[in-house]
Amino acid sequence: MAKSHVSTSINGEPVEYLCDPGDTLLDVLRNELQLTGTKEGCGSGDCGACSVTLNGRLVCSCLVLGVEAEGAEVGTIEGVGANDKLHVIQEKFLEHAALQCGVCTPGLIVSTKALLEENPNPTEEEARYYLAGNLCRCTGYDKIIRAVMDAAETMREGA
Amino acid sequence: MSEAQEFKYIGQRTIRPDGYDKVTGRAQYGADLSLPGMIWGRTLRSPHAHAKIVSIDTSKAEAHPDVFAVVTFKDFGSVEGESINAGEGAADVLDLARNCLADDKVLYHGHAIAAVAARTERAADDALDLIDVKYEVLSPVMDVEDAMKEGAPVLHEDMFTQGYEETPSTPSNIATRLEMKMGDIEAGFAEADVIVEREFRTPTAHQGYIEPHACTARYDEDGQSMVWCCTQGHFDVRTSTAKLLGLDLSKLKVVASEIGGGFGGKTVVYQEPVALALSRKAGRPVKMVMNRDEVFIATGPTSAAKLKAKVGAKKDGTITAMQGWMAYEAGAFKGSPMMPGVMTMFTPYDCGNVQVEGFDVVVNKSKVAAYRAPGAPQAEFAAEMVVNEVAEKIGMDPIELRLKNAAKEGTQTIYGPKLKTVGLIECLEAARDSDHYKSALADGCGRGIAAGFWFNIGGQSSVSINMNTDGTGTILEGSPDIGGSRASMQMMAAEVLQIEPSNLKPIVADTDSLPYSQGTGGSRVTFATGMAVIEAAEDVVKQIKERAAAIWNVTAEQVDYADGVAINTAGEEKMSLAEVCQAAEKTGGQISGTGNINARGAGPSFAVHLCDTKVDQETGKVDVVRYTAIQDAGKAIHPSYVEGQFQGGAVQGIGWALNEEYIFNDDGVMENPGFLDYRIPLASDLPMIETIIVEVPNSFHPYGVRGVGESGIIPPLAAVGWSVGDAIDRKVEELPCSPPRVLSLIQNG
Repeated sequence: MAKSHVSTSINGEPVEYLCDPGDTLLDVLRNELQLTGTKEGCGSGDCGACSVTLNGRLVCSCLVLGVEAEGAEVGTIEGVGANDKLHVIQEKFLEHAALQCGVCTPGLIVSTKALLEENPNPTEEEARYYLAGNLCRCTGYDKIIRAVMDAAETMREGA
Repeated sequence: MSEAQEFKYIGQRTIRPDGYDKVTGRAQYGADLSLPGMIWGRTLRSPHAHAKIVSIDTSKAEAHPDVFAVVTFKDFGSVEGESINAGEGAADVLDLARNCLADDKVLYHGHAIAAVAARTERAADDALDLIDVKYEVLSPVMDVEDAMKEGAPVLHEDMFTQGYEETPSTPSNIATRLEMKMGDIEAGFAEADVIVEREFRTPTAHQGYIEPHACTARYDEDGQSMVWCCTQGHFDVRTSTAKLLGLDLSKLKVVASEIGGGFGGKTVVYQEPVALALSRKAGRPVKMVMNRDEVFIATGPTSAAKLKAKVGAKKDGTITAMQGWMAYEAGAFKGSPMMPGVMTMFTPYDCGNVQVEGFDVVVNKSKVAAYRAPGAPQAEFAAEMVVNEVAEKIGMDPIELRLKNAAKEGTQTIYGPKLKTVGLIECLEAARDSDHYKSALADGCGRGIAAGFWFNIGGQSSVSINMNTDGTGTILEGSPDIGGSRASMQMMAAEVLQIEPSNLKPIVADTDSLPYSQGTGGSRVTFATGMAVIEAAEDVVKQIKERAAAIWNVTAEQVDYADGVAINTAGEEKMSLAEVCQAAEKTGGQISGTGNINARGAGPSFAVHLCDTKVDQETGKVDVVRYTAIQDAGKAIHPSYVEGQFQGGAVQGIGWALNEEYIFNDDGVMENPGFLDYRIPLASDLPMIETIIVEVPNSFHPYGVRGVGESGIIPPLAAVGWSVGDAIDRKVEELPCSPPRVLSLIQNG
């Protein structure tokens, strides 16, 4: 089957690619564009390791087709933070030792950024429920939630 | 080393050196390497739990225009049954080969049969459908009790139970029977005022790492080959893969990618030898990445178990006898962690009359792999539940009962040695004095407490520290960093060299760059690889002294080294480490320290957990409302990552106790091979996990370290199990305490 041509924007930069109609956005990011920061943990939308934003909305990129990104704005872990400086959320994840193996971390950081854009002052419970779609098997979530709450506070102070 | 020491760097909460790569997405995991010309491999898996393979016809798949190669068991050449070190413990090569690709029988739903390499992943998947396998379907045996019965379908016609005085003459599914005992068990029970005896069941549960198994393999024209993979032990991947493909070790380089969780499950090979065999046939690099359902059906899990525990005690709380029985599922091939189950079951107690019997039993499920303190959580769950009931029966606080009987220095273990200095009493006291234990239990809640014991291991670790001319250095270690251990290596080297940790860059080196190192498992890395790092750093210090001595024309003995500075005790001169490194060119060449060791004396780490749960009486749903994990770290090198190990272990144990289990249909097909239905804990399921780090130094490690990775998964099963029972006034005997099971307990008792 012929490949489809897609024009999109990824992390603010214009990008064009060819993909099979059956390729997911995750396949395209990882295998066509070498943006391997977005991880695949399940391929069924259950683990959140492939979290990206699509037109500002948090999605699992394994549940979005590559062709659906036509004309859209895609945000991935590679676009969090400036080139020479970490985002506050990334800094707080490091400070709080909120990662062990780190494979869920890109997805969690993308999700946390989406959370704090929607709700800059979440309660612990709100943070736990918002991030319930991002599985972490190493940490037991304690240090992740602490990092998220600290990042929220720091971002509010800086706003 | 037994007294508390003063440290300059150890005990700080530094930023881990690999952290920037991991929060930005730069870090490369198993599936993240692509090579020029690379093609994709996929695996054909058995739809049956138990069947003879009558024939495999791969010709149509081979004729597919996008297919480069197809492999089956025959491509492994002439493997023979011999024991090799493959991950956490020995493995039989033939079993390993037959697990990677089935020979004449499939032994579980999902058992790999053949693999295809094609231009795209989708083409490889399509080609799998073109492979024609003829089966003679056999009855599966899915449960350890059924498998032990006479007349049960037998998985291996050549398996005769080991461990009896006389080996049986008929084959069975019982691979091994083991008994350990000490004292006089009958006399012990005769002394008891109270005896509690119960039977327990624990489910098949998976390690549940978020990163599926993945590798990229390349076989070159000259026979040189490379495997990139996510593994806990790349040297063991080299051993296994080379053995299966008949390669010299020098021809195979294994590179450990970053690893997205393992918990024991990534200590053995599945796809690596297959991908390399495909590459050898195809003449192209091959990438293989498992889907999540493949991870569930064909890797891990840990043993489901049936257990019995019987404990006798006097009215004053003195335990007089402890007896255990356990049967562990090994999956399709022998080798469950039954033996460590037998060894650990009652080790938290100083009791002279102990007897434990265990059975290693094959069933038609995937071959079990190590899972965090392999074998201990099941056995100690049974023991701790019964100990709690003894306390209840004699009306004694469960912590006081444990303190009265706690294992301590000099306690005789059932498996041979007496315990050296251990911290169980300190953990129990910390639990008793904790805010959690002193706080009243909320209405409708239950509280559970349990202890846990794990030996930890030492073993072989190889380390080089290469110093640069500016006084910075690189630490080459052979232990994949699964949870932040690079930070600990950096801090221990910094402590010896007395320079800022950030001046040292830890690298997980490939198998071509260092001598053999055992894998990351057994809570051994911070202990054993840490000792190798210390030895390598001490080697650097020795050379720094020698080089400074050469410059000053004194003997090395006349040079002191403190705060990163060499000092001439026979004169006035001082040189910083950086200055000595800068002058290395003039004093004999560059400076490099080595520490290649086989570490002994891994100190056991005891843990004590407290759990409060609330149970919804109408649905049976259990919520953990408060949880505290207390554990002996010996010395916490990086306290944040020590706490992280406690918390992570606790939550895996909570998942095991509350929700996680494999569900099979009557044909032995797993019905819940995904994260939606095999439900690991979510952020919204949990409270904060409180931690208390106890530090009773391990005299065998220069800084007192005990491994902390595993003990934390042991106590949750009974802490949660007892807590749930307490909340609903019932006795829990089967895990997980999932809503239907808890509801049934509430309604039917």
